[in-house]
Amino acid sequence: MLSLVVFLPVLTAVFLVVVPRVPDRAARWAWLGIALIDLALLVGMWIAFDSPKPGDLAYEEQLQWMPSVGSSYHLGVDGLSLPLLTLTAVIFAACAVYALRENDRPRPQAALFLFLQSACLGVFAAQDLILFFVFFDLSLVGMYFVIAGWGHGNAARSALKFFLYTFLGSLALLLGFIGLYLGADPHTFDMAELAQSPPFQNSPVAGGFVLAAILIGLAIKTPTFPFHTWLPPAHTDAPAIGSAVLAGVLLKMGTYGFVRIAMPLLPDAWRSWAWVIIVVGIVSVLYGALVALAQTDVKRMIAYTSVNHMGYIVLAVGAAGVVSDSSAQAQELAVTGAVVQMVSHGLITSALFLLAGVLYERRQSYDLNAFGGLAAPAPRYAAFFAVAAFASLGLPGFSGFIAEFQIFAGSIGTVPLSLLALPGILITAALFLLASQRLLTGKPRGLSTGFSDLNTNETLSIGSLLVLSVVIGVFPRFLLDIIEPAASVVVNLVSR
Amino acid sequence: MNVALDTLSLLPEVFVLGGAIVALLAGSFLPRNRQVATRWIAIWALMASVVAAAVGMMQPSTTIFEASFAVDIGSGFGRIIIALGTIFVIVLGIEELSGTRRESETYALLLLAALGAMLLSGASDLLILVTGYLLTSIPLYALIGMSRSPHAAEAAMKTYLLGALLGIMMMLGVTVLFGVGGGTSYRQLGPALLGAPAAAVAVGVVAVLGGLMFKAGGVPGHFWIPDATQAAGTAVAAFLTTIPKVGALVAAYRLLDIIPASIDWPLLVGLLAAASMTLGNLAAFWQDDVRRLLGWSTVSQVGYLLLPVAVAGRSDLALPSLLLYLAGYAATNLTAFAVVAALPTRRAITDYRGAASSHPWLAGALVVSLLGLVGTPPTIVFVGKLTTLAAAWDGGLVWLVVIAVINSVASLFYYLRWLAPMFSRTPALSYPTATLSPVAAAARARRRWAAHSAITGAVFVLVLGVVAGGILSIAGSPLVH
Repeated sequence: MLSLVVFLPVLTAVFLVVVPRVPDRAARWAWLGIALIDLALLVGMWIAFDSPKPGDLAYEEQLQWMPSVGSSYHLGVDGLSLPLLTLTAVIFAACAVYALRENDRPRPQAALFLFLQSACLGVFAAQDLILFFVFFDLSLVGMYFVIAGWGHGNAARSALKFFLYTFLGSLALLLGFIGLYLGADPHTFDMAELAQSPPFQNSPVAGGFVLAAILIGLAIKTPTFPFHTWLPPAHTDAPAIGSAVLAGVLLKMGTYGFVRIAMPLLPDAWRSWAWVIIVVGIVSVLYGALVALAQTDVKRMIAYTSVNHMGYIVLAVGAAGVVSDSSAQAQELAVTGAVVQMVSHGLITSALFLLAGVLYERRQSYDLNAFGGLAAPAPRYAAFFAVAAFASLGLPGFSGFIAEFQIFAGSIGTVPLSLLALPGILITAALFLLASQRLLTGKPRGLSTGFSDLNTNETLSIGSLLVLSVVIGVFPRFLLDIIEPAASVVVNLVSR
Repeated sequence: MNVALDTLSLLPEVFVLGGAIVALLAGSFLPRNRQVATRWIAIWALMASVVAAAVGMMQPSTTIFEASFAVDIGSGFGRIIIALGTIFVIVLGIEELSGTRRESETYALLLLAALGAMLLSGASDLLILVTGYLLTSIPLYALIGMSRSPHAAEAAMKTYLLGALLGIMMMLGVTVLFGVGGGTSYRQLGPALLGAPAAAVAVGVVAVLGGLMFKAGGVPGHFWIPDATQAAGTAVAAFLTTIPKVGALVAAYRLLDIIPASIDWPLLVGLLAAASMTLGNLAAFWQDDVRRLLGWSTVSQVGYLLLPVAVAGRSDLALPSLLLYLAGYAATNLTAFAVVAALPTRRAITDYRGAASSHPWLAGALVVSLLGLVGTPPTIVFVGKLTTLAAAWDGGLVWLVVIAVINSVASLFYYLRWLAPMFSRTPALSYPTATLSPVAAAARARRRWAAHSAITGAVFVLVLGVVAGGILSIAGSPLVH
């Protein structure tokens, strides 16, 4: 079942590539159809999901692959991966809807995104380090071709920078994985086995180096300060749906790696270095917010708010590594908040990037100052942008609030120093209000005159993402019920 | 010693030798337009060799002819990779070679060089090692010069001079090792070198390794590779950057396996590896000729391939990872050359601009092969890199692992310099078909055999990656001396 969910998109992609002369229209609808089927399958799995016992997985599949190096084809789902798998399917389906009117080589585009979807789903379903790495690397390849092939501006250069930078990260990750493999006895790449008997429990130096390699790999992907410099150009020059996937799904692979790999597999080293992670998180929060405040390019601004939002997650997982006798509850809260933030950021930021894409599609510009008074010619656009902006700054009633509240409640509970990150929320609020004001209010001027409002596809794709954010913000229980048991497992593992 | 039985174990080599002789003789009698028969003779001989080698691998490992040649997992893999690789080279060169003045000689020389590489991969006696070295080198000099351009003559000269120099060095090394070890067979040398003066052993090992590095195309014997790759015909370039490496690297592993720890040879090989990969990558950065770029890229690949050699006998993964990487490297590198052979009018990186729209399948094959050389999953070289890195780390060379990783990232840059323009929307050759003269239209067309072999190769690269686990388990048994 899980394999079907993961491989259905890529099989369709192969079909689209190999069969000659599939009409463009058919390719676009095939993409949307498969994305929706995949989403439906995941929703079905969500409904049938029963939180597995600690150390167990739901929908588990395991086949022999490379027995002599202790690696197998091992997929499985728990409360950490299921929300992200579903998020992936939601965002890809929204992108498929958004791209229904795309005229630039729709067939290869559909095939590429289906391939990318399989890679992303695979990352979140993998329970073997090598399998994880395989999907992780393939997602980079897919995203490289998305940016280089369908980007604009200086796309080739940005795509190259993206690929080189994140490839460096992925190889650092691979080094860490090899370290884990050699440290384990018997040698294995299986995450479940490694979590049961974590390597390097009594060798802080070796464990520290292996953790450092993994952290650098994940930090580049996330990205956190100071490894974020590839993100703004990649976003600026990527097509709208490419940006949505990059921000909504690919960045989550980094943060997911923290809770899935770094914390449970290297608990000793994680606790020793938790303070570094907390500091990196706080700096990312503040730095991302301040730099975003200074941007006049919409996409660069959203990209830097991503650095800020990812910073909260890093702060939370760092704080979860600070263990004391009475901290278990706060730690669990922080980890739960981190996972909710991954989902929330995925929905909201994808919506924002799609909205930014609408600007570029109509006027070939991302310049905040070139627009003004969009509310008059395009009221629906203005409403959507305002809602997305409020959701992103963490207003109650949206998913971002639930996430950030839990993160701060949990982090301050274990590490009072986390208070330092609070101004980040304030700056983000200011910058989103400022941007909305520049873009939407006043008399229509500059590029805004004659700006046509959102069409049906755009409304459907962006609207569904925002509606989900509101649903999570108002009725978070259905999500929290899934995440909380898994978060407590992670906290138990990291506290050993 | 049972001569008949021992000869039977050499059946793969016998087939190749027979094929070379028959092709050469048939070529001297056949008219030019029927020389194609020699191609089939060569391919059948190599196929027979593959079958014989596969059958041989099912027998227990042993040494033959008084322990001078090992029939084990190393030579088994070596023979199969070399024979299959040579078949691939011949097929990708069908259009390029058929009907040329020296068709049959080319096949005969290719077979002889392949035979030399097979001898290298099984040599467990220093004298056999030298024989294998000469047998791979001499046909190569001729093959490189065969295309008769001034550049080819220069490249052949360079190769010859370097090969002669390092060959003599190698013989000097053999003499020294013979002097201090009292024998040339590895079985004898292993225990004898334990008590020998370390300085003498070091001189001997360095000199012999120098010769092997010439064959492998690694630092310090790499100077001929880029020139020869650029100037020789595409099929020959594909051959010389792939097949001799297989023999030379297995030979280096086999030799170092018996060298005692009295000298720090892992450090020496590690330094050679680091130098090869770094130099190969840096030099490939700004190359505009795709064949020269591939030439330098093979120099850097030798660096990665030396990782498991540097930890020979010190990690359980060393030998399986070397053999797996060699198989993967051969398949991937040959696929890249097949793409180059299929588009003979495109020589510079800029010529590839927009090629993806006119040749989507070839573009796909090139993406698979170049990203494969970087080590992107799920290709076979990914598993090769993964296991070689793990082996080197396991053997204690963590610094080398870090250098290899940084080099892998750097290599991505120049492979992308080649790949990215292919998907550009403005083609380099963009005149409409109707206005083309027949000659130009013929030049624009792809070569069918080469194109088919490129696509087959790309599929092979992916499939091998998926079944890598099986290959690793087969390659698990140790070498015999």
